[in-house]
Amino acid sequence: MEYLKELVWLIGGPQGSGVDSSASTFAIAVASGGYHIFGSREYHSNIMGEHSYYQIRASEKQAHSPVNKVHILATFENETLHIHQDSVLPGGAVLYDEATTKPEELKRKDVVWIPIHYMELIKQVAVEFGREKDTQKLAVMRNVLSVSASLAILEYPFEILARTVEAFFKAKKPKLAKINVRAAEIAYNYARDKAVNLGFNYRIKPIPTPPGERRILLNGSQAAALGKIVAGCRFQTYYPITPASDESEFLESHPEFGVVVVQCEDEISSICMAVGGAETGVRASTATSGPGFCLMVEGMGWSGINEVPVVIYDYQRAGPSTGLPTRFEQGDLKFALYAGHGDFPRIVMAPGDTEEYFYFGMDAFNYAERYQCPVIFLLDKNLANSTKTVSWFDPNQLTVDRGALLSDEELLKMVHSNGGSQNGKYKRFQFTESGISPRAVAGQEGGVFWNTGDEHNEYGHITEDPMLRLKMMEKRMGKLDLAEKEIPLHKKIKTYGASAKDADCLAVTWGSMKGPILDVLADLEKEGIKVRLLQMILMSPFPVQEMMEELNQAKLKIGVEMNYSAQLCGLIREKTGVAMDSFILKWTGRAMTRDEVRDGLRNIVKKHEKKVVLTHGA
Amino acid sequence: MALNVKEVKTEIVSDWCPGCGDFGILNAIHMAIADLGKPLHKVAVFSGIGCSGKTPHFINSYAFHTLHGRGLPFAIGAKLANPELTVLSVGGDGDGYGIGAGHFLGSARKNVDLTYIVFDNAVYGLTKGQASPTLHRNEKPKSLPMPNINDNINPLNVALCAGYTFIARGYAYDVKHLKELIKKGVEHKGFALIDVLQPCPTYNNLYTKEWFEGIEENEETGAKTKKNPRVYKLEDTGWDPVVKNPNNMEEVEHKMSKAFLKAQEWGDRIPIGVFYQIRTQDYGERLAERMPSYFKTPPAKYPYYDPKTMKPTTDVSEVLKGYQVI
Ligand SMILES: Cc1ncc(C[n+]2csc(CCOP(=O)(O)OP(=O)(O)O)c2C)c(N)n1
Ligand code: SF4
Ligand SMILES: [Mg+2]
Repeated sequence: MEYLKELVWLIGGPQGSGVDSSASTFAIAVASGGYHIFGSREYHSNIMGEHSYYQIRASEKQAHSPVNKVHILATFENETLHIHQDSVLPGGAVLYDEATTKPEELKRKDVVWIPIHYMELIKQVAVEFGREKDTQKLAVMRNVLSVSASLAILEYPFEILARTVEAFFKAKKPKLAKINVRAAEIAYNYARDKAVNLGFNYRIKPIPTPPGERRILLNGSQAAALGKIVAGCRFQTYYPITPASDESEFLESHPEFGVVVVQCEDEISSICMAVGGAETGVRASTATSGPGFCLMVEGMGWSGINEVPVVIYDYQRAGPSTGLPTRFEQGDLKFALYAGHGDFPRIVMAPGDTEEYFYFGMDAFNYAERYQCPVIFLLDKNLANSTKTVSWFDPNQLTVDRGALLSDEELLKMVHSNGGSQNGKYKRFQFTESGISPRAVAGQEGGVFWNTGDEHNEYGHITEDPMLRLKMMEKRMGKLDLAEKEIPLHKKIKTYGASAKDADCLAVTWGSMKGPILDVLADLEKEGIKVRLLQMILMSPFPVQEMMEELNQAKLKIGVEMNYSAQLCGLIREKTGVAMDSFILKWTGRAMTRDEVRDGLRNIVKKHEKKVVLTHGA
Repeated sequence: MALNVKEVKTEIVSDWCPGCGDFGILNAIHMAIADLGKPLHKVAVFSGIGCSGKTPHFINSYAFHTLHGRGLPFAIGAKLANPELTVLSVGGDGDGYGIGAGHFLGSARKNVDLTYIVFDNAVYGLTKGQASPTLHRNEKPKSLPMPNINDNINPLNVALCAGYTFIARGYAYDVKHLKELIKKGVEHKGFALIDVLQPCPTYNNLYTKEWFEGIEENEETGAKTKKNPRVYKLEDTGWDPVVKNPNNMEEVEHKMSKAFLKAQEWGDRIPIGVFYQIRTQDYGERLAERMPSYFKTPPAKYPYYDPKTMKPTTDVSEVLKGYQVI
C-alpha cells in the first residue's frame, strides 16, 4: 500500500451528463480532508453529447496546473475509456461500466480494472426507496456512484463523502439528498470489496491542516466576480460569450451586493454602456472574450480620449475568430495593447492565479480611476474554469484609491475660486503638472462638462488647434509615465524560485502559465536545474527598468506562453531590445501541464533546444 | 422652477449651415430643458456623430458627444447608474437607424426612462449627403450621384414594433410644438422616441422647408405663397395616442394598429405629434424589484468603502462560506 502525497483523478463523459458535478463532489470531499485541489475542466463548444472531462489534482502542497498522468480514471462509457486509458499510471485504476464495456476495450494490462454495474447498483437503491419504476430517471446517480467508488478504493473515509454529498444535494435538490447518500454508501461498500481482491494499492487519508486556516474551493470566474464586488464595481454590462459570461451571471445572481448587471444587445453596447455608467462615478466594468473585445475597440478609444475610467475583463480563449471557443490560449495580449486607432493611454495587466483574480481586481479599478483611463484585465479560460483551493479571501488587505475624484464640496470650492458657481467654469481636462485633471462626474453641482470623441480643449469642447492637440496628447500619454513611476515593483512583476544570481535560467511568463512553472521549480532543483520564474503582471505601461535588470542578469532566457507567436516575448523585445534565447509554446487549446513544462525546461537547459512546442491533452 | 433659456445655452457657436433644421431642434431642446426647470447638473445629454451629433456642445448641462450610432448605450449606462439624471439622447437618422440600428431595437426592450430625439434629414449630412435609412427608393437629392437604390425604413413603425412606449414625430421649424413634444417625452416614464423632420438645405433639396410647409415661390416675382402645407398636427384632428389601460390588450392592439397605419401617411399629408403612448414598467422599476435599494443607493451612490480608511466594506463572507472546505 502506498499513501500518496498527490492523487490525480479524472472523470470523463458526454457533456451534460454530470461530469462537472461529480468532479465538484470529489474535489470538495478530498479538499475537506486537507488536500489542496487544482481541478481543470475541458469541454467542447457543445451543450450535450460531446466528450468532456475534468481532472482533479489533490495534493499535500499547493498545485497550480494539470498533469499528464492520473491514478484513477472514472468512466461510464467507451469514449472516455478510449481517450483516457493511456493516461493512467501503472498500478492505477479504471472504473468502467461492466454492463456496456466489451472485454477487448480493456487494453491496458498494467492497470487495475474495476467493474461497476452502475444500473444494477442504482436499481438496488431504487428498490430500497420504493422507486423501481424510476430506475431510468435515477441513472444520473451513477455520478455519485463513481465518486464514491473512487474514494472507496482509496479507503478515504466514507463519513467525509457522506457529508459532502448531503451538503451538495441539500443546497440544490434537498429531496434527493437521502437517496444519493445511500447510493454512495452502496457503491462505497461494493467497490472497496472489489478493489481489495484486484490489488489496487494507492491510498489517501485526511491530512492535518494548520490550525485556524480557512480554505475555500472556487473557480477563477467566481474569484474574479468577488474581486469586482469588493473593489466596488456596481455596474456591469455584458453580452454572452464563453468563457466570460459566468462572471456576469454570478454578479447577477447576487443582487444583495447591488451590482446592476445589464445584458446588452452586443459588445459595442456593452462597452459604451459601461463608459456611460462610469461618467456618473460608479466603478463600471464589462466582461468579454476575444470576439467581443474586437467589437469594443472604438468604445475603448472613446474612453481613452475622454479619460473615463472603465475596466474591461477579457477572458482569453483560443482565436482567431471563433477559434476554439471553449479552449484556452493567451492570444489577446498584443491585441489588448494595440487595439484602437490613434494613441491613447491604457493599462493592461494580467493576473496569474486564482488569488490574483480576486485581489488584483482592486488594482484594476484603482488604476482606472487614478489614471482616468481604460484598464484591460487579461484573464483566461484555463483559470476561469479551473477550481482551486485558496486561503479565505481577506478584503482588508485591499485599499480603495479613487484618484483625483472630487467630492461635492471640493468641486464647489474649486468652481467658486474659478470665478462663480455657474456651470461651465469647471475644466474637465484641466492641464496639471501630473497630467491628471481633478475629476467631476455627471450629476455633481458645479461640474458640468463636455465630452467628445473629437480632440478637445480643457472644457471638453471640440478643437482642431494644433498646439492644443500637442498639449492634450502629451497630457494624456504622460499619465502612462506617471503610472510607470508610481506602481510598485511587486505589482509589475513577481519572481519565484532561484535568485537571479544562482539561476541557470529565467523562465518568463504571464497569466495562468505561471502555474505549471511554479509546480516544477522544486522538482527541477532536485535535478540540479535552478529556475527563476518571472511573472509579468503589468504590460502597459511596460516596466522597462525592472525588466532590464532581470533580463541582464539571466544566463538563459526562456519564454513560456500559450500562443503561437510568443506575444509577451515580442513585447519584451520591443520595449527592451532583449530577445529570449528559447521558447516553450503551446497553441492546441489545452493548458500546459506540469510534466510538459518540466520536460521542456530541462531540454532547453540541458540540450539547448531553441523552441519546444507542447501538445499534451485530449 | 423654469430656467431662463439663456442659462441652458453655451457660448459655443454652432457650425451648422445657414438654414439648417438643426437650429430649430436645438432651440426646442433649449426651451424644453428651461421649461422643465431641472437643475442643469442633473441633466445629461448624449449624442452620436454627425452634424446633429454636435448638439451637446451647445447645451449647458453634462453633455457627451459620443460615437457614431452609440449615443443610446452611453445614455442608458448613465441613466441606470444614476437614475436621478434626466437623460436625453440625440443624433442623426443615419446614426440611429443605420449604424446604431441594433441599439435602436435593443434599447426599446429595456424601456429605460429617457428621451431619444432623432434629427431626420434623410441624408448623412456630415459625410456630404449620402442616402440615409429614411430616404425612399429612387429618390435623388442633389447630393446623390444616382437615385437611391435602397428602400427606406419607417422609424415610427419600427419603434412601434420594437416596443417604444412613447412614439412621436416633430418638425424642426415648428419649434413650439417640438418643445412641447420634448417635454412630454421627458415627462413620459419610459423610453420616448421623437423623430424630427429636419430639412438639410445643403444636401437634401427634396425634403425642404418649402416642401414640408407647402410654400411655393413665383419664379418671376420671387413672391412666396403658402398652399396646402404637408405637415399637420395630429392633435388638431382629435387623435388620442394614449393607452388608458395597459392591461387591456384590446385597447393596446387598437391604439397600436391605428398608430401603425397613421405612421404610414406620407406625401401630401404628413402627421406630426404623439402617435402612441403607453405606460409600462420601466427598466429602473424592474431593477428595483430585484434590488429594493436601487433608487436609494443606485450604482453611482452605492457605498462600498470607508471614506476615512479607504478600506472596502462589502462583506462577501456569506458567499465564501458556500465555498468553504476547511
Ligand atoms: C464608425 C464610423 N463610421 C463612419 C463615420 C463617418 N460618419 C460621420 S457622420 C456620418 C453620418 C452622419 O449622418 P447622420 O447620422 O444622419 O447625421 P447628420 O449628419 O445627418 O446629422 C458618418 C457616416 C464615423 N464617424 N464613424
Ligand atoms: S449638411 Fe445639412 S444637416 Fe449638416 S449642417 Fe448642413 S444643412 Fe445641416
Ligand atoms: Mg442625417
